Amino acid sequence: MNIMTSIIHMFLALVLSPLLLGIINRVKAVFAGRRGQPLAQPYYDIIKLLKKGAVYSSTSGWVFRLGPVTGLASVMVAIMICPAGGHGGLFSFAGDFIFMAYALGLMRFVTVLAAMDTGSAFEGMGASREVQFAVIAELVLLTGLAVLAAGTREVSLAAIYSKLWTASIPPLGPVAVLIAFAFLIVLLTENARIPVDDPNTHLELTMIHEVMVLDHGGPDLAFIQYGAALKLWLFAALLSGLAIPLRTGQPMTDMAVNVAGILVTAIIVGMIESAMARLRLLHVPQMLVVALSVTVAALLWILR
Amino acid sequence: MTMVLMLTSLAVLLFGGAVCAFTKGSGRGASIMGVVTSVTGAILAIGAAGTILWTGGESSLRVPWQVPFGSFYIAVDPLSAFFIMTISIICALAAVYGTAYLDAYRGKKNLGALWCFFNLLFASMLLVVLSRNGILFLIAWEGMSISSFFLVMFEHEKAEVREAGWVYLIAAHIGQAFLMFLFILLAGQNANLDFDKFTTPVGAAAAGTAFLLTVVGFGAKAGFIPMHVWLPDAHPAAPSHVSAVMSGVMIKTGIYGIVRIVSLIGAPAQWWGWTLLITGAVSGIIGVLFALAQHDIKRLLAYHSVENIGIICLGLGLWLLGVSINNPVLAALGLMGGLLHVLNHAVFKSLLFFGAGAVAHATGTRNMDLLGGLQKRMPQTAMAFAIGAAAICGLPPLNGFVSEFLIYLGAFGIVAKAGALGSPAAGGLIALAALGMIGGLAAACFAKVFGIVFLGEPRSEHAVKAHEAPAPMVLAMSVLAGLCVILGLAGPLAVRLVTPVAGQLLGNIQVSETSAMAQGLLLKISLACGSLIALAAFFWWLRSMLLSGRTVAAGPTWDCGYSAPTSRMQYTASSFAWPVILMFQWLVRPRLHARIRKEFFPHYAELSSHTDDPFRQGLFAPLFKWAEVLARRVHGLQEGRNQLYVLYIAITILVLLLVKVR
Repeated sequence: MNIMTSIIHMFLALVLSPLLLGIINRVKAVFAGRRGQPLAQPYYDIIKLLKKGAVYSSTSGWVFRLGPVTGLASVMVAIMICPAGGHGGLFSFAGDFIFMAYALGLMRFVTVLAAMDTGSAFEGMGASREVQFAVIAELVLLTGLAVLAAGTREVSLAAIYSKLWTASIPPLGPVAVLIAFAFLIVLLTENARIPVDDPNTHLELTMIHEVMVLDHGGPDLAFIQYGAALKLWLFAALLSGLAIPLRTGQPMTDMAVNVAGILVTAIIVGMIESAMARLRLLHVPQMLVVALSVTVAALLWILR
Repeated sequence: MTMVLMLTSLAVLLFGGAVCAFTKGSGRGASIMGVVTSVTGAILAIGAAGTILWTGGESSLRVPWQVPFGSFYIAVDPLSAFFIMTISIICALAAVYGTAYLDAYRGKKNLGALWCFFNLLFASMLLVVLSRNGILFLIAWEGMSISSFFLVMFEHEKAEVREAGWVYLIAAHIGQAFLMFLFILLAGQNANLDFDKFTTPVGAAAAGTAFLLTVVGFGAKAGFIPMHVWLPDAHPAAPSHVSAVMSGVMIKTGIYGIVRIVSLIGAPAQWWGWTLLITGAVSGIIGVLFALAQHDIKRLLAYHSVENIGIICLGLGLWLLGVSINNPVLAALGLMGGLLHVLNHAVFKSLLFFGAGAVAHATGTRNMDLLGGLQKRMPQTAMAFAIGAAAICGLPPLNGFVSEFLIYLGAFGIVAKAGALGSPAAGGLIALAALGMIGGLAAACFAKVFGIVFLGEPRSEHAVKAHEAPAPMVLAMSVLAGLCVILGLAGPLAVRLVTPVAGQLLGNIQVSETSAMAQGLLLKISLACGSLIALAAFFWWLRSMLLSGRTVAAGPTWDCGYSAPTSRMQYTASSFAWPVILMFQWLVRPRLHARIRKEFFPHYAELSSHTDDPFRQGLFAPLFKWAEVLARRVHGLQEGRNQLYVLYIAITILVLLLVKVR
């Protein structure tokens, strides 16, 4: 039953993740009073890109070609570890989240190197900002998980997430909410959403993730966009597992609730994007430090 | 048998060194002699070490010696064997690399002397981890410092090399002074300097003093902050294969010393663990931050050694913390993680120094902002360097991840077990927060190094005329890159290498349980890594299937419509790292030198950034100034007047008489 749930969750992630981008775009359109693109537009984009040929910069070499495929493979392995509600992913073992965080690190590393392989000043800027923000975002992710481990006294994602909202003494609700807030900020940073990065901007100087993939096209860009959707799914799954205080004990139900939570997360991200402007780049680290402080506050709650 | 192999290995190395010293001519003979004896010595030593690691147990040899307090007492146990293996692998490959690297100096420099000191360095490092007598240990330690000093001084006609050499010599001897005090303390009442006859310090104060002397004395060699100041000067000054040996294995003898001595001075107190944890966290984070701010590729790698020594130190801190709170799982994970990182760092750091040497060899510069586009000109070096760069960032599926995972696991385990209540959990939190931060910063730093040096377009003539490294250099790098992958994918086997060492220090029964647990987890990680590689290969295949039959064109990089892009418009190493450095400018204190004319039509502007080591300027410079003032005061006592000295003698005799008569 459990393994079945993990497989279904994996399957749903692979199929539904581009829908998250569609939902975000629809929410933004509704807020702006537009009708917006079809919900399935990200799927159309990916399919269209898969059908195209490719243009490679003559500056680039194998690193540029390795980036998209390794990035997509890394995030898929990370998705295999990601918990479905209170239940583990396909791979679940003590310290699995360390591997997950580092698989995402590998994805970032190859994306950054692929960007630098083009020798473009703009992509260099994007790469530089990406690694800068990652320093704090990764720290928040790991300390947040450490706080959860301290609270639940468990060291695997599945055990942490299943124990979090069940009878635990002392109650961990406030911790879960605080860490969920910190992870929301990490989600916005890692997935290049407003207020950190604006995927729709038309000025390469101000972008982070989008500018790093300027030179990719065709199937490579399709892999990158699909990988980005999976990464968003991953963080949304971590977030909704924290924020939704419902554990029925029935794997399928919990997983369904978690998937619903993931879709709601997409709506929330869309609302944030509609309500906020992009921060100045200099202020992004400050926002991430806020997330870190919230994590420390959660730690204090456990210590209390 | 083990001892025969070890002694033969030492004899071969010393013989080779002696022959090299007397070779004449272009240096070709010295190179051949050096590499043959180094590789032979390494194979013999690995044979001996492998036997001990495989079968466990200990093999020793004790010969009386005429030196006061000395005895020629050497032994191989799993701890020594592990370090012998690491030292031998790296030194053999460095010798192979050196044959080609030194070709450029043939006929200009005395290569015979260089190879002589190389063999001496190799032999003295082996003797350091073999010796079980204080005097013998100090002699080997001194031999290691002196021979590496002469290797650093290879290009002594350059002023900065001489400066680096002197700083290194002084740092090495200050460390050695602490070690002398340490051994005097440990010799105690028995006045016996054999390691097995040491008197265990009685009382918390004596044991604590011994521990602090150990950390300072060996930390000066290992490069703990603030005793790291010699590293960033000495590593760039030395020839690249020597830098690889010094950074890859020589500084690890400091780690060996800490582990060895701590295992001899009794049960550790909790604050010992704390000391190492905090030293490790500080060295790790400050090391990587200063690495980010460097422009010289070898100087950058030297700061990364400080960072990785910090990671090892975090593991050792968890070990001592685990022992002191009686948590065998934490102790075993910390120790195994720290030791495995010794091997892993030796492998990838030597690889990176080899790569940096190949770049300097091919382009004639170590300034990253003058490089670029080397991937096309030296593809094999680029491939090997990329693997090393990913490995040092701790990214799966490479070896750096395995050792960092063990340390993480220990840290998260203690945090979960103690439930954030009580100080051990705080220790775990420090370790994992430091590791997380180091990981992010290291990734930033190596994205910069690999991205700027090997990717993009050449930034200067130096890079345009680069060529692939000669075959021996490529061979050495390929072997190390292969080791990075093997040790990464075969995590459980890597853990088996350090299990006997941890068993020796912590008791076999408890360690074997933890080791089996860690191997089980790493097996799952290997599976996950395997699926990662399989998926990546699948997508690569899928893309080539999709693209077959379609137009795949080449074009210029998109530069936002700008019509005449040049390679000078690329992002530079300095600008890539600048935002991160600005976040930590309160710590790193970078300096900007700007020359911008305030005219209406300025035709010239200049901007450069520079980062000094604040510990050197702010801590050691005043300290040595103060020592000099003190020395001048004392100088008045000894001015060279014999009459005065006779007076001193008379006064001394008088005082002694008075004391005796009373």
